[in-house]
Amino acid sequence: MSTLTEPTLRIVFFEGETASHWPGETLFETMSVLLGKGYALTRPQPGGRVSPHDRGETVWLGQFEGAVVPEPMDRADRARFLDVSGMPAEAVAEKVEARRGEAKAVEHGLWKPWFPVIDYDRCTNCMQCLSFCLFGVYGVDEQQKIQAQNLDQCKTNCPACSRVCPEAAIMFPKYKSGPINGDQVSDADLNREKMKIDISALLGGDVYDMLRTRSERAKSRFSKERDSDKALAERQKCLTKLAQLTADVPREVLMSLPSPEEIARKAEEARQRAARHLGQMPEA
Amino acid sequence: MSAPRILYCHCNYAQVVPRETKEAVLRHLCSGGAAFEAVADLCEMSARKDGALQRLADPNGGGVRIAACFPRAVKWLFASAGAPLTSDRVEVLNMRVQPAQEIVEALGRPELRPNLPSGKETTESSPS
Repeated sequence: MSTLTEPTLRIVFFEGETASHWPGETLFETMSVLLGKGYALTRPQPGGRVSPHDRGETVWLGQFEGAVVPEPMDRADRARFLDVSGMPAEAVAEKVEARRGEAKAVEHGLWKPWFPVIDYDRCTNCMQCLSFCLFGVYGVDEQQKIQAQNLDQCKTNCPACSRVCPEAAIMFPKYKSGPINGDQVSDADLNREKMKIDISALLGGDVYDMLRTRSERAKSRFSKERDSDKALAERQKCLTKLAQLTADVPREVLMSLPSPEEIARKAEEARQRAARHLGQMPEA
Repeated sequence: MSAPRILYCHCNYAQVVPRETKEAVLRHLCSGGAAFEAVADLCEMSARKDGALQRLADPNGGGVRIAACFPRAVKWLFASAGAPLTSDRVEVLNMRVQPAQEIVEALGRPELRPNLPSGKETTESSPS
């Protein structure tokens, strides 16, 4: 199971009925610690209802102070009430962590959520990101529309794909500056992006152009060995160029050049996807 | 008309939102009586396609006010989680650039001021 599909805990700060009011400062301190540990928290209206958690257990934290702690009402046994009367924030967090272990819920923080977010208002489905990414983050959906699919394969702190996007359509919300961080795109940004198309040209140009050109050629005279060598050389040139343009692509990314076989495989996969998109090739 | 629901993002796994802004906003929410959702990291929830995002995005639930980061990022984080936001029912407060006091005041406003971007806006073409 992927770390992104494992169950999680949802924490609800319960008050009303048999549980006392959470004083503001206590609530703030407790929430701060739990947020730091990655939990999602709900503070409902006193006595208010809370929708069931769809993927895991809901833990209700209450200051019951000697009153009866409610039994879980969830038939699927996915709700727990914990009495945390008078506990400091760290002790509450320890209790929640213990419950997380019992419930076999995911431990947050093991993966930094760094991945591309596509602005489909801007995206033209040119597939340059798919052909550029070294880590197989991108794919296409049933309509051959580009998607970020394998998010936990993305290289932390690497914004390289957003730099080759000609429309500034790829965001990394945790990036330091705009427009990659999601800030508005300026005309100057777009002009810079247009210059970056030159980088993708180093990869062999637009995928569709490449397909058409190849299709017009002898069709079957596709030398995989020669093309993979060329692809490797082109990628090295591309990454060298990219390193000159920006200092924030991690060195290990620049060093993570795939083998010629991997490049050939990725190029072929991308070619087939794009060809299907253009209606030039039947579904596999 | 009911008060907008509130979502606060702690942006836990990066230091791009000023800590003092996050603290001031969270402290304000905790000291008030309003219900709210606080998530450790909206990016992580989006990656998990967490069902809570769909509930928040549900237009039948009324308006929602989100204290997080850039509206364009928030819009597409929800969309990529399969929970597209309804433009006229969402106001995003940007803790990366707005002062805490401005956000706290906005959280207390009864009326929503929707501000999700649409289309290929640029800073030059944007109406604001």
